[in-house]
Order: sequence, then C-alpha cells, then structure tokens
Amino acid sequence: MNIVILGAGQVGSSLARSLASEDNDITIIDTDKSSLRELREKLDVHTQLGYASHPDILEMANANDADMLIAVTNSDEVNMMACQIAYSLFRTPTRIARVRAAGYLKHQELFTPELIPVDVLISPEQLITDHIYRLISNPGTLQVIDFADGKVRLVSVKAFHEGPLVGHEIQKIIEHLPEVKVRVAAIFRKGKAIIPSGHTVIKPNDEIFVIASAQHIRAVVSELRSVDKPYKRIMIAGGGNVGRRLADALEEGRYKVKIIEKSPEVATQLAESLDKTIVLEGDAADESLLLEENIEDVDIFCALTNDDEANILSAMLAKRLGASKVMSLVNRTVYVDLVESGNIDHAISPQHITIGALLTHVRGGDIVSVHSLRKGAAEVIEVVAHGDKENSRVVGRKRVDLKLPPGATVGSIVRDNEVIIPHQDTVIEENDHLILFLSDKRYIPAVEKMFQVGLGYI
Amino acid sequence: MQLFVIQRILGLLLVIFSFSMLPPVLVGLIYDDLSITPFIKGFLLVFIVGIIMWFPVRDRKRELRLREGFLVVVLFWTVLGISGAAPFMFSNALQISLVDAVFESISALTTTGATVIVGLDDLPKSILFYRQQLQWLGGMGIIVLAVAILPMLGIGGIQLYRAETPGPVKDSKLTPRIKGTAKLLWIIYLAFTVACALAYYLAGMDIFDAVTHSFSTIAIGGFSTHDASMGYFSSHAIELVAVVFMLLSGANFSLHFMAWRSLSLKTYQMDSEFRLYGFLMITLTIICLAYLYFMHIYGSFSESYYHAMFQVVSIATTTGFTTTDYSHWPGFLPVLLVFASFVGGCAGSTGGGMKVIRVLLLFKQGWREVLRLIHPNARIAIKLNKKPVERNIIQAVWGFFSVYVAVFTVFMLILMATGMDQVTAFSAVAATLNNLGPGLGEVAANYKGVGDFSKWLLCLSMLLGRLEIFTLLVVLTPAFWKK
Repeated sequence: MNIVILGAGQVGSSLARSLASEDNDITIIDTDKSSLRELREKLDVHTQLGYASHPDILEMANANDADMLIAVTNSDEVNMMACQIAYSLFRTPTRIARVRAAGYLKHQELFTPELIPVDVLISPEQLITDHIYRLISNPGTLQVIDFADGKVRLVSVKAFHEGPLVGHEIQKIIEHLPEVKVRVAAIFRKGKAIIPSGHTVIKPNDEIFVIASAQHIRAVVSELRSVDKPYKRIMIAGGGNVGRRLADALEEGRYKVKIIEKSPEVATQLAESLDKTIVLEGDAADESLLLEENIEDVDIFCALTNDDEANILSAMLAKRLGASKVMSLVNRTVYVDLVESGNIDHAISPQHITIGALLTHVRGGDIVSVHSLRKGAAEVIEVVAHGDKENSRVVGRKRVDLKLPPGATVGSIVRDNEVIIPHQDTVIEENDHLILFLSDKRYIPAVEKMFQVGLGYI
Repeated sequence: MQLFVIQRILGLLLVIFSFSMLPPVLVGLIYDDLSITPFIKGFLLVFIVGIIMWFPVRDRKRELRLREGFLVVVLFWTVLGISGAAPFMFSNALQISLVDAVFESISALTTTGATVIVGLDDLPKSILFYRQQLQWLGGMGIIVLAVAILPMLGIGGIQLYRAETPGPVKDSKLTPRIKGTAKLLWIIYLAFTVACALAYYLAGMDIFDAVTHSFSTIAIGGFSTHDASMGYFSSHAIELVAVVFMLLSGANFSLHFMAWRSLSLKTYQMDSEFRLYGFLMITLTIICLAYLYFMHIYGSFSESYYHAMFQVVSIATTTGFTTTDYSHWPGFLPVLLVFASFVGGCAGSTGGGMKVIRVLLLFKQGWREVLRLIHPNARIAIKLNKKPVERNIIQAVWGFFSVYVAVFTVFMLILMATGMDQVTAFSAVAATLNNLGPGLGEVAANYKGVGDFSKWLLCLSMLLGRLEIFTLLVVLTPAFWKK
C-alpha cells in the first residue's frame, strides 16, 4: 500500500517504522530536516521536506498515488486541512487525522466528505485514557483489550508463585474453572513467544495472554496470581489532557480520586470542572505532600504529566512511600522497557496505543480491529469471516483445517453474541468474528489474504 | 563488523553470478563453436565456491550497518571481478595469464572497456558474448540488481544503495522503497538495451553484433567484438544509432523515468545537469569538427562531421568505442577528449568520470567566488534546478574533486616510475579512472603491452573510478577497521 504520513514526530516515525517493515511504500512529510534525515537513514522510506498541508508538497510526496493519508502533525488544524486538500485535489481514498482538541471532537457531524473529509479521527489522549481506565478496572493485568463490543476480553497477566495454576499444565485450568470458557492464547517467556498447547507448564514470571468472556476475566486472573482487590483509592499526578479525562471517567466509576497539579490556574480549572475529585495544588514529587495525602493507602498512583522523567521519578517515589501499584506515562519508547524492569508496575506508552488504533485502519477490509501487544512485537486481530464454503478459505472449515501461518492461533470465536472457545473440530460459519493471535507480525498479510473472499462472492 | 553476514551475502551473490556463465554456453551451442567448456568449468567453480561460503552461515540474517555496506560493495566488485576472470583463464582460445584475465574481467564489469585481447574477430562467439555480457551486468551495477533480489532473502539494501549510486546526492530514490527504485532502473536499462539492439539490427548489423554491441553501448562500456571497434562496420547509420544510445545512457536514468512518467521532453530541458551535458557534447563536437575540417584530416565535411561527433560522444560519455584512431588526431584534440572524459556522464547514469553535476557545482562555486569579490557583502546560494544545494553536498564535491586529482596524480607518477612514457601514463590512468577504455600512445588500441604491475594498478584504478573513490578508499583506511 502507498501511504503518506504527515508529521515525523513520535507517532509519525514509529508508525512509519511499523508500516515500512510490512512492505508498504511510505512517504513522510515534515518541516524538520534532521528528523527526516534520521528516518531516511534508518528506514527504507521516502521523505519530503515542507509544510504538510501545502498542495505542492503533497504532490511532490506523491499524494496522487497514495491509498492512504495519515495526518499526525502537532496541529489539529494542519491535520484537518491536509485531509481536506488530499480529498479535494488528490482524491486520496482513506484519510486519517489526529485531532486532539475536545472542541472539535464534540461535533462529529463536522467530519463528513462535504465539510471536513476525515474518515477516521484519532484522539490519542482519549485512547490513552481508555487504556488506563481498563487497566484500573481490571486489577492485576498488564494489558486489557476488548473484542466484539466488549463481550470478549483479552488480558495479559504476569504469572506469580501464588497463582494456583502456576507450575501446572494449562489444561488444568478446566478442572479449576469448569464453568469458564477460557483460552491461553500465548505465553511470552523471557521475551520470546511460546505457542502453548494443553501440556505447556506455566512458570512464574511468564507473561500470559488469556482470552475469555468479559465476566470471567477476574476468575481467570486469580488462577495465575494472587488477586489484587479492586482498586478504590487512586491518585493522579498531572492534570493535563489525560489526567483530567481519566479523573472524569473514574469519578463516574465511584472511585476515590485525588489529582495533583502543579500550576495554580490549571488546578483551579480542574476543581471547577470535576465534582468529587480532590484537586491538590503542588508538586507530585513532593514527599511531604504525598505523605500528607496518605500515599500509603493509595491503590494505584498514576503519573500522567507530559514529562517522562518527572513521571518516572514521582512514580518511583510514590512506590517507595507505600503506594501499592504505580503507573507512569512514558513517551520515549526506549524508556518503556527500562522502566518496567524496575519497580514501576505499568509503563504506558502513548505511541503503542495510538499506533494500535491506527493499524486497524491500515489493515484490509474484513479486519475489525488490530491491537499490538508487547510493544508491537505481536498483534491480536479481530476478523470477520465472509463468504461460503465455495469461495472462502475459512468458512465451512474445521479449525484444525485452517491453513494459518506459523505463530497464529485462533483465540476464540464470537457467533451471534455467543463466545465460543473453539475445539479442533469447531466449524467456522459465515459472519463469525474470529479473534486471532499473531506472535509474528510478518504474517499479517498472509492472514489478510486468507480471509479475502474468492472471485465468485459479491 | 558482522563478517558472517558479509560472507553470507557474498556467497549468495557468487551463486547468482555463476549463472551468468550459462548464456555464453547457449551462444556457443547456437554458433556451434566448441569452446564452451571454460564456461561450464567457470560456472561450477564459482557456483561451488559460492555454496561453500553461503552454506555454513545461511541463517545469519541481520540488517547491514553502514560500514558493512561499504565492505560488501567493495567485495562485490573485487570478488566478482576476479571470479568473472575464470572463463578467460580456462579458455584455450585465449591462453592468457592471470593478470590479463582479471584485467579483462574488471575492465568489463566496471564498464571501462580497456582490453588486453588482440584478434577479437577470430575468437569464439561464446567468449565474445561473455565479455559483452559482463559489461552489461556491470553497467547498472550488479549491486542494483542485488538490491532488487536480496531483500527477498532478508537483507536491507539502503547501505548498499548508498555506497553504490554514482553522483553526489545519494538519497534520491524514484519510489519510496529501494526495491521499487532498483526495479524501475532495471526496466529502463532493459528497455534501452532492447531498443538499441533493434536499432543496430535495422541499421545493418547481424543479430549477434546487434545484441552484443547494444550491451556495451547501454552500459557505456565500449567493448566490441571486432578489433576495429565500431570502425569495422563503417556505416553512418550504425554510428548514428550508437551516438543516440550513448547519449541516452550517459544521462541520468531518474530523468528518463521522470520524462516517461510525465510524457514530456520538458523534463530534460528543465534539468541543469542535462543542459550542461548537452552543451558540452555540442561544443566539443563543433571544436573537433572545425579543427579536423580546417586541418584537412578527412576528405569531406560529412566524413569529418561523423568522426568528430562519434568520437566526442564516445569519449566524453566514457564509452570508448572508436571509428577511427583518434589518438593520431592533430594538435590538442586527443588530450581535449581525454579531459572531456573527466567530466564523464551524468549522475545516476552508467557513465564514468567525475559526473557532470559535480563539475557544474564546482564551476558554480568558482563563479560565486568571483561574485563575492565584486559584492563583498552578498549572500549567494548555490542552486541546482532552482533549488539550493545543501552545504554538505558542496563540501563533499570539493572533497571528491581533490581526492580524484590526488589519486590521478599518484597513479600517473607510479606508472611513469615503471618506465611508461608520460602520454601513455597520463592517458592510461585517465582512461581507467574515468572508466573510459582506450587511451593514447601505447594504450590507444589495447593494453597488451603494459607490464604486469601496471595492469594490477590499473585494475585498482578502474575499481576506484567505478566506486567513485571514497567507497573503496574508506575500506582501505585504518579507521574503518577500528572497533
């Protein structure tokens, strides 16, 4: 696919890296020479210097032949304008724009081909807030992904000694939880993917990806580690875009939220807009403030300012002062692994979250959603099976007969709002939603192809 | 430095390269000459060596880093140059020494066209075909081919591409991906070759000559299947065809692609490099024509005209075909033509020399100094095609120029130290460093009479010229090997 990316910032460049490794023609536009040079030297991509929304620059970047335009510059306005120009002048089929300002997002009716022709709006702050919210509402998990409108949930859990299932074969889970439909989709042991069979033994410190229906997730997690009690008291550091949205969402979920904000003006604004949340004016790395506000009773401390170093340090401080779990927003990709190997429980990478959301739209038509796991090393996709036995390579076939590429497993099937954990002989029917786990993303095109319907299908 | 990765790539490349020895076998069978054994021997030797290199390290797939890219490119040309010599060595019809075989092979691959073989007309067709084919493969850079093929084998190509592309700007790509660019370049190259072969055939060559000469024309190589080179045919039609295709191949291939995509000749007209290229060719032709005509070297005006035009285009694009013994032209003309070969073809072409664009940039800077003296406070930007040229490119051009001159001087002095006369030494180094081919004096027709040591040195000079000096030079520096 021919893709033009506007903006070589963090999202733009990690997107380019991710897409260029999958056989796409990528052109990146930016006004910063040095970041373009860096990209050109590291990746097999074309770069174009200039203003992303200018028609002549877009033309030089071959927008004429582009299948997709992804506008992720720093400015909402430039992003929207670029989509407008790509649509009006170059007829670019798919246009994706990052829009941050809530003011725009409130008026979804603006984004039609007649007004502002943006096909997909990406709002990283909202995505990050949702991601954190899911983590908070599912204690003990490292990543939570919903499929089929929230009916099926995939969680990643780190196994600990205390878990009843740890040290045993996976098939034991049926004895432990006879009622529950559950599947272990993959295990990452020391950073390497293992495709589990029933006889695989779970070891402590394995990172385990489990698929189950949403209401059973807690039971499954409790098999793998001592259960954390549901979080109740939450402290947020930083009342920026993410912090404010999160506090807003948590308030409705009957959590007890405290939010620390440095700037007096922002703190005042927060206090005015939030109802139950306690807004504290001060420095999140201030030991006495944290102690005064009973940091030792906090269930989870979330450092969400836009300063990586401040986030990491305040999270470490909170942990030392007694917060039971701490989480930090980390923009720099290299820091993420560093931080997670230390005593910070969650390092949230905004890039990975945003890219996962963007990838869904880059993938072919039948794929409903794509999520990247383990910093993009693996992916889970939800895909709909179309066609019939004659023209589809999937429909009407047993699960064992599917010619899946290496490293791919069928996690579960959602059929007519029912969750099915497939056996070997489960036959795939039309309109089944399959949840596939891919531990090697090089095979994504193969999966896309597999689900394409043959020529006879209209 | 991951030497295993390099070994793997080289092994693979040798395996691929070994198959290039099979078409001559086919030619030998068609024309019923009995000298196909050297090619079968050569094929087996190179194939087996390649397998031996590749097999133990076949799973060592890693991305290449910058330094390894340089090393791979240098090894490509040296190793292929040497293994390309195998059939020459095995051939009974030739009976030549190792140094001669390697010289011939490197001269072919670097598209120089300097030969040590005399009596081409009597050689088996298979050997003649093999020489021409080597030039053709060398023309677009075997590496560009490799870049198109190797990504399928799991190796990135950016480093190779950069170390290999001729011209000062290394990052220009026609498509976002190198693979696509390499493919396009090869399509253009192939299309030109087919068109050229057809044109030669229609102009009166037989099929064998048409195909083989199209190989060496498009590659800007200059090998011929006859001792008298293009003069053998003494046909104005054939000379015209050669001139047209030499001019096309000496221009930037990206430009051809752009012109083809926009379907307009304006692209050429708008390009500063191409304009200077055209201007140089026309001016040189007029000078030669006028001098030849007024000195009454050839009888008629048209005779002078054809010889002048053909020799100017052939030498200035660094092809090296001859229709007449230009080294015996009067006065300053032979030296003028050798100097023209220093300018050479355009960047991104198959031609050699310093490239027109570099000369243009040097000239523009010289002019800037003049302007600065007149307007001491002026800020003057160097522009190409109405766009400013980055400062580091300009510096790189100066660096290139100084090293080019230094290498030239040193090599010429060494050759003179071996006892060569000055004209021969000067022209031999110029002809090899610029990938031109025939020189003046004793090397006007062939390099048979040159000593063994000098031949090795000239081999090095050809490689330096083809790799635009720095790529090869950088590998020879101690800093390159420091961990």
